Amino acid sequence: MDRLNAHQKATVGHAFGYVGLLLVTLVIGLPLFWMLSGSLKNLQEIYTFPPEWIPRNPKWSNFREAWESMPFARFYVNSLIITFFGASAQLFCGVLCAYAFAFLHFPAKNWLFLGVLAALMVPPEVVILPNFLFFGNTVRDWFGLEDNWVNTYQAIVLPGAATAFGTFLMRQGFMALPKDVLDAAKVDGAGHLRTMFGIVLPMAKPIVITFAMISMVNKWNDYLWPLVITRTTEMRPITVGVRLLFDAEGNNNWGVIMAGTSFVILPLLVVYLLGQRYIIEGLTAGAMKG
Amino acid sequence: MAIHSGTAPQPLQERAEDPAKAYHTPKRGVKWFAGKEWLLFLLFIFPNFFFLFMFTYWPLWENVKLSLQQTDLLAFSGTPKYVGMENYEWLFGNRTFRYVVQNTVIFIVSCVGLTLIFGLSIALLLNERLKLRNGVRALVFAPYLLSGAAIGIVWAYIFDPRFGLLAQILDWFSIPSPHWLDRPAWALPAIIIVYVWKNLGFAVVIFLAGLQGIPKDLYDAAKVDGAGPWWRFKSVTLPMLSPISFFLMVTSVLATFQAFDIQQVMTAGGPAYATTTLVYYVYEQSFGQGANFGRAAAAAIILFLSMLVITAIQMFYTEKKVHYDG
Repeated sequence: MDRLNAHQKATVGHAFGYVGLLLVTLVIGLPLFWMLSGSLKNLQEIYTFPPEWIPRNPKWSNFREAWESMPFARFYVNSLIITFFGASAQLFCGVLCAYAFAFLHFPAKNWLFLGVLAALMVPPEVVILPNFLFFGNTVRDWFGLEDNWVNTYQAIVLPGAATAFGTFLMRQGFMALPKDVLDAAKVDGAGHLRTMFGIVLPMAKPIVITFAMISMVNKWNDYLWPLVITRTTEMRPITVGVRLLFDAEGNNNWGVIMAGTSFVILPLLVVYLLGQRYIIEGLTAGAMKG
Repeated sequence: MAIHSGTAPQPLQERAEDPAKAYHTPKRGVKWFAGKEWLLFLLFIFPNFFFLFMFTYWPLWENVKLSLQQTDLLAFSGTPKYVGMENYEWLFGNRTFRYVVQNTVIFIVSCVGLTLIFGLSIALLLNERLKLRNGVRALVFAPYLLSGAAIGIVWAYIFDPRFGLLAQILDWFSIPSPHWLDRPAWALPAIIIVYVWKNLGFAVVIFLAGLQGIPKDLYDAAKVDGAGPWWRFKSVTLPMLSPISFFLMVTSVLATFQAFDIQQVMTAGGPAYATTTLVYYVYEQSFGQGANFGRAAAAAIILFLSMLVITAIQMFYTEKKVHYDG
């Protein structure tokens, strides 16, 4: 190595660098490729060893078979409903709360903010049982209902309606806005609603979009709570639905199963391709300040 | 308020005469509003606090109460009995639960350790001026956003000992594939591999941001002092990255505590509890066969306290670091 000059050293370094990049690409990319190629294989191509990397006669009917063996259309509707209402609720709660903590005066505000942040230490997994009992029992007693709320959309969505992370992230973003613009609004006599919708939200758009995307992805991927609180196949979201397909096809019919998993993953990949910049930058910003 | 009814035009006349007062009129409105600002504050924070209280804090308290009670299988209708710490004592004396705790520790230490080591290595690689590095960054981050349930199923196919991707790769080196998901010794490592693969991207992105925040002159100064690449890494990169590594370590530990969907899909906690972690145990005891609400609640509280201790340690060290800097 000592005999090489600086330029040659750099070239050797770059060569190693590209080998590294290739390795990383293979390790992360191959499993995803395996899913896609598997979703197009027929049974014969699945049961060959060494395996076929690219199926010779792509069997597109795997997708149709998966779609028909489980009510995927219904799963999509359920997941869309849960994602839409869940993310909207979090956005609503988070934006209002973040605005209040960033711009409104209130005694002992910092202590209240600590009350929001403390929720980060109580993950949903810790409280699944009491929340389940609430929708199974308490809700009926409280409202004098005929039936409990197990297996309903509101029971899936409501426990995830608040957001501690989003409040923290957006408050941070709001407080980073230039002060003079906000002061100017105040002098103009703009009320807080007008300041929020006319100035703060448009200016803090990137961070709000970041949170909206993270929230949407989380709601779409949510698994444990919907698994627990839904009882019938028609109420399952797509993440639980694909598990049902996996069980039904029994560890064998990988082509159909992979087609089913791609139903879950493809919408996420589309969202990711559209919003990659927002998601990565938003998460990074949150981490660097936190 | 009396001014409002009869003498309303009067301020208008004043305004016309005195420009200074004209400026003050809207400001008086702001002041009136400022007096009510606390009300607006409460209104704005209400939705978030309401749901946090209803589905986070109150159930946490309910969970504490449940953990001190004994409930029969008909917990919905049966009357609970206060039993003090009995559920906790039962858990700590139970061999399965100790196995579950051991699994949880192995799972967390391996996942976090591997994620940090590989995450830093890949971040260092992507920090070099190489073509296509942004594309690779996007690819590495992608699995982090994908559904754990779907990813678990894809990996179940990859681990298939007869026709899976991994069996093929091992075959190139003439190694027979283990029966990953059916053997207690291999199941947990398999879950760890999937978990690290899925969550690596977050560490990479955060480390990369940390690396890009290190001032260039520090490296130049080290170079002038004759420091080689390894020495520069040890004396500049690592110390400058230590706050962000600590942040990543703590958030990764907390996230790993909560891992659920991958295990549920791939092994359902088995074989023979080999992949049952604390969260999975809480789920099993709450909704599985032979569910026992008291024990489930006690296990959930143990899970919560473990996470609380780790957060407290983080706050303690962060505080220390701030003081050190100041």
